[in-house]
Amino acid sequence: MFGATEIDDDTWEDIEALLVQADVGVPTTMSLLDRMRSRVRSEGITRQEQLIEALKEELRGLLIEPTPLNLSGRELSVVLVAGVNGSGKTTSIGKMAYRMRLNNRKVILAAGDTFRAAAIDQLKLWGERAGVPVIAGQPNSDPAAVVYDAVNAAHARHAEVLIVDTAGRLHSNFNLMAELVKVRDVLRKVVPDAPHETLLVLDGTTGQNALSQAKKFQEAIDITGVVVTKLDSTAKGGMLFAIQRELGLPVHYIGIGETMYDLVFFNPTAFVDSLFENGNGESA
Amino acid sequence: MFESLSDRLQDVFDQLGRKGKLTEDDVNTALREVRMALLEADVNLKVAKDFIGRVKERAIGAEVQKSLKPSQQVIKIVNEELVETLGEPGRLNLSGPTPRVIMLVGLQGSGKTTTAAKLALMLRRDGRRPWLVAGDTYRPAAVDQLVTLAKQLDIPYHEEGTSAPPPDICTRGVQAAKDANATVVILDTAGRLQIDDDMMSELEAIRDLTQPAEILLIADAMTGQEAVRIAEGFNERVGLTGLILTKVDGDARGGAAISMRAVTGVPIKYMGMGEKVDALELFHPDRLASRILGMGDMLTLIERAESEFDEREAEKLQRKLMKNQFTLEDFLDQLHKVRRMGSIGQILDMLPGMGRLRQQVNIDNEQAQQQLKKVEAIIYSMTPAERRNPKLLNASRKRRVAVGSGTSVQEVNALLKQFREMQRLMRMLGKGQMPRIPGMFR
Repeated sequence: MFGATEIDDDTWEDIEALLVQADVGVPTTMSLLDRMRSRVRSEGITRQEQLIEALKEELRGLLIEPTPLNLSGRELSVVLVAGVNGSGKTTSIGKMAYRMRLNNRKVILAAGDTFRAAAIDQLKLWGERAGVPVIAGQPNSDPAAVVYDAVNAAHARHAEVLIVDTAGRLHSNFNLMAELVKVRDVLRKVVPDAPHETLLVLDGTTGQNALSQAKKFQEAIDITGVVVTKLDSTAKGGMLFAIQRELGLPVHYIGIGETMYDLVFFNPTAFVDSLFENGNGESA
Repeated sequence: MFESLSDRLQDVFDQLGRKGKLTEDDVNTALREVRMALLEADVNLKVAKDFIGRVKERAIGAEVQKSLKPSQQVIKIVNEELVETLGEPGRLNLSGPTPRVIMLVGLQGSGKTTTAAKLALMLRRDGRRPWLVAGDTYRPAAVDQLVTLAKQLDIPYHEEGTSAPPPDICTRGVQAAKDANATVVILDTAGRLQIDDDMMSELEAIRDLTQPAEILLIADAMTGQEAVRIAEGFNERVGLTGLILTKVDGDARGGAAISMRAVTGVPIKYMGMGEKVDALELFHPDRLASRILGMGDMLTLIERAESEFDEREAEKLQRKLMKNQFTLEDFLDQLHKVRRMGSIGQILDMLPGMGRLRQQVNIDNEQAQQQLKKVEAIIYSMTPAERRNPKLLNASRKRRVAVGSGTSVQEVNALLKQFREMQRLMRMLGKGQMPRIPGMFR
């Protein structure tokens, strides 16, 4: 029959459900639906498959092409890593250090989380696994002082990359955010233009609060990129769309497990495709 | 910052301009807004749908109370239903033979180890004899973390490093606690995804060997739509008896709590409210409900204010005010107390109906905090004599204060003017006159 279309109210409802359940968020979902409705009209889309392809295109358009970390062309490059409690900062640092060492980079780690019990030991164990040295101070000492020592150690040992771990903190906690700014400022003072990368580690199972986290950390310490963890779960990490669209922050890596190898480059196309798969890797 | 549900519903009903009974159309329009608010708060889509269905049933045909606007009527129904869905706060089940075993489970980074320590401290304060068992042999230094916390709090613990399988460690830990006459044993377990079959089998083994009275899911309040699958997954495999919500001191709306409660049916028992070891609070469904709806958290604000300002001090302050002995030192002290309650933004967020105001004035948190810091620096740069008697501050002293605090003489003058104005108001209040507050009636 001429003009018959597979796209009805149910189709739109399904798409809305898919996006909302992937944590894409209401505002982004609504603007995507509007955009898709107008494309369906203007391009005469009638088949669901076409609609899904067009939607993938739109989603893909919201994501930024990942750039490599800006870590070369100078004597010492510094990476500052921050995020809320339990997002996976220390684990991600261990994995990043391992990757860099495999690429023959001389890496050193700074145990800037002096607050949480045994956080220093945790980073040291990761240092051992990855085969990179860890500079640490006493528990509850001033993180800015540890960072200062680590920079000196990095220079003395001719390290190329220094990765600084920090204590987890909620972005809404004013005093802890001020402390983080202080750590950043110390880095700036002792290494020209440092930190060269300031990474925010986001828990992939987080919902709409992720945007608030990204904004607050961005305001405080000028985030340059994002690492998303725990994406081996059934969570889809859809909050990335809003973060990329509103803040323009590239995603560098995603964490997909607990071993050293479980940190991979962010692939926007694969990420979009994964929204349309169910937990078993099949197309929904 | 989300627009609060009450503001949104008010807009909807302003457009409708109706009064009296709620018609089905009114309710439908309003419930679309409610649905949006729930989804923005991370309530699971399906859970939100069921919830809306229940509210609709109650709302259609409901007589609008005389004292309430239609929007308020809908809010009232939504709020009641939400409080009901969140359920009564659950207490720990601690009856029966000792030691009672409490097993903590959850995803990586949800806060199990921190919560284990907080629970142990709380139980000891309640007169129990708690033990901690370090059952996470996977995450590097997880055992050290629990042991460090246990030592800090002086709570006995059992650990075997990472040398044995967790079910064995937990079994021996419970036995050791029993031998030491402990009444409660808290098992910390490794974080795991609910889809990790091997790791979930390990939890089943721990459960079967230790027969816990409580199996609590420790869940991050910032969790998104995934909350449903996490809670279902853990509940199906190990059978949960309760939930503890962590990181509730952040600015997440916490809709995950409804989702998890709805799919498991088990009560929410506690909320983690900060990094201090005593920051574990009983769950308050009414507070979480208004927070999920973006309607402020007045009760928490009042409690925090109460904890900072005690009554006797307030009386003392009042006497000082009356006698015109309110000094810059007292002023600074007050500032500190207000600051400890949270940032200006946090305080505003807790006030109902402030959502809209906050958007309008666009209060820059950082700026406000900077301003407070400046005031602090200026007062600290004065000598104690100057703080008690600002009249001493002549031009050269003001210059010194400005240099010392990294501000300007103008800023010092502005602060002194503000302070004098405050003193004047206080004096008039003391004499029972109605002060004219500048800018109030323009």
